[in-house]
Amino acid sequence: MHGLTLHELGRALAERQISSMELTQRLLADIGRAAEPLNAFITVDPERALAAARAADQRRAMGDAAPLLGIPIAHKDIFCARGWRTTCGSRMLEGFVSPYDAGVVESCERAGLVLIGKTNMDEFAMGSSNETSFFGPVHNPWDPARVPGGSSGGSAAAVAARLVPAATGTDTGGSIRQPAALSGITGLKPTYGLVSRFGMIAFASSLDQAGPMATSAEDCALLLDAMAGFDPRDSTAIEYLPDGAANASGEQWRRYQRALAELAAVDRPLADVRIGLPEQYFGPGLSDDVRAAVDAAIDQLGRLGARTKSVSLPNSALSVPAYYVLAPAEASSNLSRFDGVRYGHRAAEYADLMEMYCRSRAEGFGAEVRRRILIGTYVLSHGYYDAYYVKAQKIRRLIADDFARAFRDVDVVLGPTAPSVAFPLAAKSADPVQMYLNDIFTIPANLAGLPALSLPCGFGEGGLPVGLQCVGPVFSEARLLAIAHRYQACTDWHRRMPPRPWM
Amino acid sequence: METAPNWEIVIGLEAHVQLDTRSKIFSGAATRYGAAPNSQACGVDIALPGVLPVLNRKAVECAIRFGLAVDARIAPVSVFARKNYFYPDLPKGYQISQYEAPVVVGGTVAIVVAEAEKSIRLVRAHLEEDAGKSVHEDLDALLPDRGSHALSGIDLNRAGTPLLEIVSEPDLASAAEAVAYAKALHSLVRWIGICDGNMQEGSFRVDANVSVRRAGTTTLGTRCEIKNLNSFRFLERAIRCEAARQIAIIEEGGHIVQETRLFDPGQDETRAMRSKEDAHDYRYFPDPDLLPLTIADDWIAAVARALPELPHAMQGRFQSDYGLSAYDAKVLTSSPDIARYFESTVAACGEPAASFAKPCANWIMGELSARLNRADSEAGEGFEVFPIRPAQLSRLVQRIQDGTLSSKLAKMVFDALWSGEADDVDLLIEQRGLRQVQGSDALAPLVDQVIAANAKSVAEYRAGKDKALNALVGQVMKATQGKADPQQVGALLRQRLEGD
Repeated sequence: MHGLTLHELGRALAERQISSMELTQRLLADIGRAAEPLNAFITVDPERALAAARAADQRRAMGDAAPLLGIPIAHKDIFCARGWRTTCGSRMLEGFVSPYDAGVVESCERAGLVLIGKTNMDEFAMGSSNETSFFGPVHNPWDPARVPGGSSGGSAAAVAARLVPAATGTDTGGSIRQPAALSGITGLKPTYGLVSRFGMIAFASSLDQAGPMATSAEDCALLLDAMAGFDPRDSTAIEYLPDGAANASGEQWRRYQRALAELAAVDRPLADVRIGLPEQYFGPGLSDDVRAAVDAAIDQLGRLGARTKSVSLPNSALSVPAYYVLAPAEASSNLSRFDGVRYGHRAAEYADLMEMYCRSRAEGFGAEVRRRILIGTYVLSHGYYDAYYVKAQKIRRLIADDFARAFRDVDVVLGPTAPSVAFPLAAKSADPVQMYLNDIFTIPANLAGLPALSLPCGFGEGGLPVGLQCVGPVFSEARLLAIAHRYQACTDWHRRMPPRPWM
Repeated sequence: METAPNWEIVIGLEAHVQLDTRSKIFSGAATRYGAAPNSQACGVDIALPGVLPVLNRKAVECAIRFGLAVDARIAPVSVFARKNYFYPDLPKGYQISQYEAPVVVGGTVAIVVAEAEKSIRLVRAHLEEDAGKSVHEDLDALLPDRGSHALSGIDLNRAGTPLLEIVSEPDLASAAEAVAYAKALHSLVRWIGICDGNMQEGSFRVDANVSVRRAGTTTLGTRCEIKNLNSFRFLERAIRCEAARQIAIIEEGGHIVQETRLFDPGQDETRAMRSKEDAHDYRYFPDPDLLPLTIADDWIAAVARALPELPHAMQGRFQSDYGLSAYDAKVLTSSPDIARYFESTVAACGEPAASFAKPCANWIMGELSARLNRADSEAGEGFEVFPIRPAQLSRLVQRIQDGTLSSKLAKMVFDALWSGEADDVDLLIEQRGLRQVQGSDALAPLVDQVIAANAKSVAEYRAGKDKALNALVGQVMKATQGKADPQQVGALLRQRLEGD
């Protein structure tokens, strides 16, 4: 059973080769063995997982044949799940047990997925290496001395190591795609508004978006079909897609799976696809090994019939500074609720209210979170707001305009997901700017609200995976998945598995 | 004392009107007053991690109603912003409000002070959520195990209750004008059904921005804001005290410091709460969890169609249809309840309405209002629970008009209706024999008897002592057990005595 995809597991369960109980038990055992070397999970709850597996088996016995029924999955620990400890990687929420389910958790449960555990992550999703987690860093399965990327590092490592066939992640500035790239898996950040943010602990509300992380585009499509859907509890969620279809999850829709099935019926499916290569994504900051792998992937896509064209995204360089104004601004406000009054960490000793706030928050938040709260508070302050926040919003618009212009000539924009392969633990944690620059290729899609996907396209220095990023216009998820699926049909990078010394 | 001479007071008011919606502005929790602490606070209200606000369209409708009622502009696009500050009763660490782009812009409210009408301009009205409450007293019952800790309780039932904050221009020139404006606003929001107006429960609260300047000057003085005035009386007293304080400081050569102050009704003074220097930097920015609020013209049109007749229009109609004076019409349109009561009463009297309107108005504005004021001092409430129904009052008026009841008898009937002793006017008249004795046929024999029996008074009257007639009238009244019309009796007596 090891290393099977969602599709393969779905078939095995449907054909009764294995029950959800058996599958869940096996994965729980693997997760237990990998706990120390990878640290991919913050909370694993065998009792709850097995209860869910038992329920899934019962559903199947009653005739339910949902494609994901009984398959174990992990949620990033940013999603509130009822009865589960939900920490967001922070000491602040070390003991917080959620009384409710996030929209994504609900829709996964509806699809029959079995929640097996909550994955490790950078604290409040603030980081690109998973080193800011209060629960310790996650190790990259390809090289335990290296980071898996972040902030969805636990989900990426767990899927890469095949501890789970798929996991959910969230992406504010690259937090699905960058760890997918560094860990050698496929991850999709959907169009802003496609997936419910309800119950997903907010980092930067206007940028946050949940998405699937799996070993293939095909599995991402399957999981996205379960995750996507309008949620009236999220005012920024999209109710109807541009083609008039309802943005709905559930079995009868299968929007993204259908898109891949339609593709399989076409002879040269990429023949009409116009791929844009932004000159700014292939500049001096890009390491040679990544460049070589990405170039090879572009050649491969060309052989599959796609036409490539150079495009310009002239304001790309401004995306990192704009992002590091906007995201901290929103975060400074979003994280104000963690004040020690109603739940979460409260300092043991304090003389008055002010001291309770200060100590609780100073103790409960790690250094990176505190840094971003300070940056955000500063840029929103009286006298600085126009110079920083308003200006950053203008840059955001320019970046969206850049993409809109490019999409007049091309269907998708392609390039590296991250400038280098996975870096060693502690290599960048002392230099926030170096760390921030790791997201230079992923941030623009968040600022513009666009869907973007990262898929494995080879290996670089040290035998570490390289990710290829595909960005499309809003609601072009089906096309992005189709391109990736087509590529994966004639390459095997996504099937390569890291060693499992713990087994 | 209204103002020291040579000084002008400049006042602008901010009214916080609690909107009468069933659920909160951004969550589905109920908004009922007086529930057990924290029993009406859901995950959104207590700001659990991950929860998101969803705008209650009913609250927006209230804002549109208000905008239409004050002839303001309803913004096609307005924006919710976050006002960031830390306080234990503010669960998210920010209040969702509207800052740069409010939903209602401009508008006017008419007030009448000393019989003169004045139009008060509004700056804006915006939607926002209320905070919870910190509870510092009577915690023993709620938190019996708190030991010796100096704890405060937090009740989040009110957190997220929808508010419309209505900001006036500094157009008010006296405490009396401020009170007239606050009352007009209070009456209007109840009239259009967006607020229950209950000031004790905090449904209508006012902050006053007060400054003073020497008469004849045009630049505004430094202002102070007096927070949370929850009665018209306190509003009036607070403004008087604050103006006097500011005038005294300036006259002694001092300067006013811009600050927020609280009114202490016990000491009859305002006290500094915080100065401008330690004012919060609220770090407003658009709330990324909420889309800009867009209001299409057809929504406004639909709200306009459902809007009741507004007091100003109704006042005009009362004057033209019923022939009432401007003053009567104004008083009778001071609340929807009194207006409805008046119209029901007149309608029950029958045609022609105009002939019954004035007596109905007199009874409602006189006897009825006086008793209601005694029963309920502040809010002018009570017409809906009033013990005399319009049908009863109309019958009373009819019986006065057709001569059955004298004004004195009518008063007796009214008392019986008020106390609940009687329910049916005609039945009461029959049972107690309250029919007025009238007409010279009935009264003439009594008049003759009294003249015959009171020779002394008759002589005095004839000697030119007019007062003596009163004694004779009293005797006749006594003989009719008060059921005659004293004026008619006086006329008959005079006729008889002078005719001889």
